[in-house]
Order: sequence, then structure tokens, then C-alpha cells
Amino acid sequence: MSTLSTTIQDVFNEPACGKNQAKGEKERKKGCTKQLQPGAAAGGCAFDGAKIALQPITDVAHLVHGPIACEGNSWDNRGAKSSGSLLYRTSFTTDINETDVVFGGEKRLFKSVKEIIDKYNPPAVFVYQTCVTALIGDDIEAVCKAATQKFGLPIVPINSPGFVGNKNLGNKLAGEALLEYVIGTQEPEYTTPYDINIIGEYNLGGELWQIKPLLDELGIRILACISGDARYREVAYSHRAKAAMMVCSKAMINISRKMEERYGIPFFEGSFYGIADMSDSLRNIAQLLVQRGAPDELLARTEAVITREETRAWARLEPYKQRLQGKRVLLITGGVKSWSVVAALQEVGIEIVGTSVKKSTKEDKERIKEIMGDDAHMFDDMTPREMYKMLKDAKADIMLSGGRSQFIALKAKMPWLDINQERHHAYAGYDGMIALVEEIDKALSSPIWEQVRKPAPWDTDLDVADPVRSDTGCAVVPGAHAPIQQVKEAS
Amino acid sequence: MATVVTSKKACSVNPLKMSQPIGAALAFMGLNKCMPVLHGSQGCTAFGLVLFVRHFREAIPLQTTAMNEVTTIMGGMENIEQALMNIHTRAKPEIIGIASTGLTETKGDDVDGYLKLIRVKHPELATLPIVYISTPDYKDAFQDGWAKAVRRIVETLVEDKKFPMTMFNNNALGRGVVNVLPGAHLTPGDLDELREIIAAFGLSATFLPDLSGSLDGHIPDDFSPTTFGGTTLQQIRAMGDARMTLAIGEQMRDAAQALQDKTDVPYEVFDRLTGLEANDHFLSVLSNLSGVPVPVKYRRLRSQLVDAMLDGHFFFGRKKIALGAEPDLLWSVGAFLADMGCELAAVVTTTQSPMLEKMPCKEVLIGDLEDLEQCAQGCDLLITHAHGRQMAQRTGIPFLRMGVPMFDRLGAAHRVMVGYRGTRDLVFEIGNLFLANAHEASPESWAPVMEERNASTPVAAH
Repeated sequence: MSTLSTTIQDVFNEPACGKNQAKGEKERKKGCTKQLQPGAAAGGCAFDGAKIALQPITDVAHLVHGPIACEGNSWDNRGAKSSGSLLYRTSFTTDINETDVVFGGEKRLFKSVKEIIDKYNPPAVFVYQTCVTALIGDDIEAVCKAATQKFGLPIVPINSPGFVGNKNLGNKLAGEALLEYVIGTQEPEYTTPYDINIIGEYNLGGELWQIKPLLDELGIRILACISGDARYREVAYSHRAKAAMMVCSKAMINISRKMEERYGIPFFEGSFYGIADMSDSLRNIAQLLVQRGAPDELLARTEAVITREETRAWARLEPYKQRLQGKRVLLITGGVKSWSVVAALQEVGIEIVGTSVKKSTKEDKERIKEIMGDDAHMFDDMTPREMYKMLKDAKADIMLSGGRSQFIALKAKMPWLDINQERHHAYAGYDGMIALVEEIDKALSSPIWEQVRKPAPWDTDLDVADPVRSDTGCAVVPGAHAPIQQVKEAS
Repeated sequence: MATVVTSKKACSVNPLKMSQPIGAALAFMGLNKCMPVLHGSQGCTAFGLVLFVRHFREAIPLQTTAMNEVTTIMGGMENIEQALMNIHTRAKPEIIGIASTGLTETKGDDVDGYLKLIRVKHPELATLPIVYISTPDYKDAFQDGWAKAVRRIVETLVEDKKFPMTMFNNNALGRGVVNVLPGAHLTPGDLDELREIIAAFGLSATFLPDLSGSLDGHIPDDFSPTTFGGTTLQQIRAMGDARMTLAIGEQMRDAAQALQDKTDVPYEVFDRLTGLEANDHFLSVLSNLSGVPVPVKYRRLRSQLVDAMLDGHFFFGRKKIALGAEPDLLWSVGAFLADMGCELAAVVTTTQSPMLEKMPCKEVLIGDLEDLEQCAQGCDLLITHAHGRQMAQRTGIPFLRMGVPMFDRLGAAHRVMVGYRGTRDLVFEIGNLFLANAHEASPESWAPVMEERNASTPVAAH
């Protein structure tokens, strides 16, 4: 575990992160996130984070070393899409039993790797450490080293057991594993002056494919996307890119920074969400490539594409302006997506009545203020009850959030739109922004709202308790509707 | 009668199994105003939470003790203490259910001991009902976690009072009340159906747990951080007053026995409530118990089921089924399909159960969906939970989703397959799948048969 704790300290000390550098030595050691509060915590663990970051690599066998919970309860539940291999959606776990816990699970792990290679012939196997196997001292690094030698293909340890921290830490530990074992281990067949890496993009709902046609048009090649729709070898030779874009805020900042240090690949932080952000990103990519030796004319071509796409996008948003003018959005999401989407929503006349800034950095918050003005409602830690109340009191017309909080909106009979990783729609790039506005419009204008908000004809007195159901265990909460219980009883 | 085989593989591929702590957590979710807690790292809770959110399409109350590296080594008492205090002040539940995980079991936390100390330290928690169950992830499976949690709820919360039989019979309270202990394989819709059947005999039922109160997808009038609906604490305490306990699914035998040990309420285990004979027996028991003859409505429904079986049997006969489910669901569906004339060609389950040997097939494998896929060749229908979708796509076998999780279809909570009505609808649902995928005859359909015939008895050339 000493190497793991060294890695964690290394990750906590991130010189490219402004927030991190503003901290004192002691504070920095504690890491990026608040200490989790028992009984009041939410969100995934470091293993979850590592898996999210790496599983989009499509042709790799992702093997989870641990009890059934870590993989069995969670597999095939994300929307990262593949243009090729589907092996990443096949679930592999050592599913350790009590005997393994007592005698160690290393042998089972080694045999599992062999079975996977024999049956599925992947270019590489990623082995994920979990809490229990870390606690009993299974040395996955040693097993992976032995397996790599024995089988002659990369068996990569991802040492990010759940109990070392939260999802964000897991993202970074996954990045460390790529830097240590994968990046720089292969060479591309050829390189061009237009080769870029996109780091921290997971191709959820196929978003990478909303961007790629524009890059293709400009002659810009995605040498590697880390890790959306990536092949193992692409990640392995990603060190030959000329420039990189870091997408998901701070999740993979360590990969970007260390690839700059080791291989001289300059990077910028950008976003594909929102029209202006998309344009900025294209511009930045072109500029970095030109700085690295691509012909100047790329800049002009990029501007031409940007102008064309922006004109087209705004024209397509025009019809929504009238429909969406003055609609109020409650935006509950982590960090970067908030402010990059805000500008575009405002452009069609949508008002942001509040946004969560739980995962946002100080700069993010400054930027939100810049965009939304000083009266921006930023919530550091909005409780579900507060969200519910805000919607119930109709202080917002729609909530945009992740899947887990959707029922807060729906139970208040208010529209909701999924903008997190489990979503099915792609919202990246110019087309994605229009898709997002279209989805908001669709949600707001659904004919169901009028009907579902109307009380039942016989339900005029809300305080009448239900005599039929009161003895059968269905709780009657103060002010609760009786009719629902009556409907159940009559069914 | 089947041989039960355990997979010899080191690596589980495409797991059928889920872990027992979340099975226990789901059982706690059937209690009213309850907050289930997993004693483990926050990921244990997050995965379970997402799974249930996607299955039920409901907000899921599930908390964590948020164990980390250091607290795991030092022991989790402080984390449990903080979790209880935080939950007590914020969510104000009437019951807290704690299930341990692989992490804290590997360390060996003595949670029962911790709870005693914590209650002494915090008088405000002294009388708060807290149910703790040990459920290491590396043992058993989802339905075991559910069953253990229910048994523990009975042991911890049911009032310990034994009536002599005569006194019991005179007990006005309990005359018309039965307990129902449903297994993890029953949906909220199933529970509603059973409640209605039991009520038709003039009996009222206490369900433990009662997901039909909490996770049936209803609209409460206010936000609730805890479960909202389900078995109340008062009902659980009074379960000793009932005349009889009906345990649905073999997994509930232990809980029913624990209840009998504590309160002398006799029980019967109904291994399944899907199928004609199974329901005939169930309704006979209810009729005997209540002295009420089987109501006209159910005679009619029985007749409808008989008719459905007659209409449907053409399409079920000799059909080969690939079935992957937890033991009690496996038994309910598998035995029903065998009733209808199907052949259970590939059968995979997650954990041990006395029902496995009784399965009407040659072999039951405790394994994963990779095993099922390998044995499923030539099958006419695949039945398993939503994770069968990739396999269905690869093999092209028609696919019926059944069990938890069902994250890519609507209405998982309202599927009903118990009772005459539930069985009747299941006959139609599965029969329609057979009909939709029937093989149409073509000129070549019998060509291989002719070849074979010619090969065995060559016709003399003219």
C-alpha cells in the first residue's frame, strides 16, 4: 500500500490545478475533497471513478478483483459508446469467496486473467483493485507483472480501491495507471501535424461522434481519445500527439499535465458543451497545432468552419427563442457542465434560477457569476428537500440534473432532463446544443403536465385521511393525498 | 430432479448474481419510515442505490457509513455512531436498518457491540429501533441478504409474547390477521395481488417487508428522505397476534420459523404462487383458515387460467428454455414452464437453495450469464434479468426480462406473476413471444429430412 499512498499524495499535489496550488502544504496533503460524512454522503468511490475513466476503452477486458458487489451490482450501466469492439461491455470479476478472503485471492486473479485471454483474446487486461482484496493484501501489481511476463500481453493493475476516496480521486488514479503502464508503450503507424489527444471525454451517448465530423473536415486527427471509444493501442501511442484538449474539468488533469512534462504535448482545458465553448475549443485546438508546426492556414479554415457552424446553430435555435423565453431552469450538476451550458441556454431566453457549485472550482464560480450576474443563485450543497420545495413552489420550470435526483422533480410533477453520464442523448458540439434545447422544449411542452397536476375530481379536501388503507401499512403523511391509496385498493 | 453443479471457473463473466447487502437493504426499504444503511465504503451504497433507482425508477433511501482505509483498520464504531446521529437528526426515521459489507466483515467489526455502546452514549438513540444484519459480499447472494434481513427484523422487532393456543384463538385482535413474508422475487405488484386475494377471504394481511407500500411508484405529497410507506413498526411488533404466517418462497422459511419460535404463530411455506395447482393449494389454505368458501371471482379467474393453459399449451410444448434467476424465482418460473410442457434446457442460478434439486431439469448450474449463454444454443426463449440483453442480441434468442435488475424497461414494480390472474397473464405474455417468433415453413423446411430418409433407405433408381 505504500506505493498507492505515494501515488495518492502525488495526485493530491497537482501543480496544474490552481485550486490545489492555492492551498497550504498541510491542507494539500488531505486531498481535494471534503471528508465524507457518514450517514450523509452520496456518490461513488475511488474504484467507481477509476472504472468510469477507463471502461470506455472498448477492446480491453476490464477485470474487477473483488467480491461480487463491486462489479455484479453495477455492470453495463453507463452510456459510453463504441464504434468497434464491445468487449468493454462484457463483465469480468473474480467474485471472490470466503476462502479467498482467508487464503488470499491472488491465485484466483491469475487464473482469471488466463481464462479471459484464452476465451476473449483481448489486446490487454485491466485489473481493478477493490477494498476487500486491498485489505487482505492481494498484491495486484505483482500478479499483473507475472501475468504480463507469462502471457506476453499487457496486464495493467488499476490500483484504486474504493475506500481510498471518492470518484474524482479514482479518475486520477486511473490516469496514473495509464501513465505508468500504457501511454508511450506503442508507436503509431504514422503521425501527422494534425494529431491531437482528447483527454477526459468518455463518448457518453456518442458525444465524441458529434465532434469528430468537424475535426475530420478540418483534417485534424484524434490520435487518441482518453478514453471514449478508444482502442488500447491508441492510448498506448497517444504520446505522439502534437496537442491535447482536456475535457472533463479536473478529472484527468494529471494525465494532461504529465504528458506535457514527459512528451512535450501542450494542452488546454476546454468544453464541447455550448456554442461559444465549442468554437473556443476548435480555435484552441487549431492554435496549439499551429504552434506545434501545423501550417498556418489551419487557423483560417477553422474560423470558416466556426462561422458556418455558429450561424447555422443560432439559426436553428431561433425558433426556440419565442417558446423558451423566460423559462426558468434549476441546474444541478457538477462543475464544468454548468457554466458551459448556461451561456447557450441564456441565448434562447432561458433563465437560470439556480445552479449547484458543489464540484466547481473557484474559477468556475467566478465564471458563473460573470455569466449569470451577481444575483446568480449558487448552491454549495442543496438538499433534496430544498430542491423539491423550489420545484413544488414553481420557482423553477424545469430541473436539469443527474439521474439520481430526477424523482425530486418528477414527484413534484415538474419536468426534468438528464444531463449526467447515464443520459441517452448526446449534447456535445453545435448539434448537441440544439438537441439539448430541443429536449428542454420537449419536456416543457409535454401535454402530460396539465393532466397530472390536476387533482382528482373527488379530491377536494386534502386533509381527509383514507379509512380504507389506514390499517394496511401505507403511511399517511400529514397532508398526503388519499386518492392514490384508494386507487391501489380498488385495483 | 436436478443435479446441482457449481461453476469451476476462476473468473465470473457477465454475473447473474448481485451481492447480499443490497438484498438486505431492499428488505429494509419495505419498512415504513426506514433508513437502510450499508456499513462499508460509500461506493457500496452508491452502486446499490443506482441499481434500485434504475430498476424501480424511484428515489431510493440508502445511506453509508462512508468507511475509508483508516477507519476500516481502526474499526468502524465512530463511523456508525456518526452515521446514526446524522441520520437521526436529518432524516428522522422510525427504523434504521444496517447491513454490513465485505469490507467491514473482512476487518471483523463487532457491530452489535458497537450499537450497545452507542446507545449508552447517546440516550436519544436508546429506544430507536435499529436492526443490524451481517451480510458479507463475498458470501451468498441477493435473495439470501433479503431473507436474513427479514429474519433479523422479526428477531429484533416483533414483540415477544406467546399465547397459549386457547387464549390465542380467543384473541379478537388476531382472528382475521395473517402475516405474509414475501421473498425478494415478488414485485410490489405481486404483493398488491396477494393482498387482494387474502382480503377476498375476509382476512387482513401484514406483509413484511411491504414494497407495495414504499416502492410501487406513487406520488407522495411531500418530500421524504426515508422510505415512505411499507410495514409500520407497530404492525411488525404485533405480528405475534396473527393466526398464521404465509411465507412465499423457500428463502422465507427461516424468517417464518423465527417468528414461530418467538410467538407460536404457525406458518406454511408456499414455494411458489405461479401456476394452477400452486394457487389451488394457496386458496384452499386461505379458505380453510377463514372458513370462507373461495369467492366467485376467484373461481372465475381459475377458470380463465385453465382456459389460458388450454389455449396456450400448443405453443409451449417442448419449447426449450434458457433460464437464469435467483433460486426462488427460478423455481417459480421454471416449475410453471415445466407445467406448461416446456423443456428447461439451460438453467443457471446464483446461490444454494433446497429448491434447486427439485427443479424439473437435468442440471442446475450455480454460475453466471456466460455459462447460460454457452448452454443456451438452440433455445426458443431466454428468461433472465436485464443483463441478459447483450446475450440476447448475440444469440438472437427471444428474450423475456425477469427479476432484478430490470433497468431498460418500464414498470418493473408492477409486473404480476402470482395468483390465477398473474399466471394467466404470464401464459399470454410468454405464449405471445413463442407466437411472434414461430418458424414459418418454407420449401426447404423438409429438405434435410428427405436427405436423411434417402440416406437410410436408398430408393432404387428407375
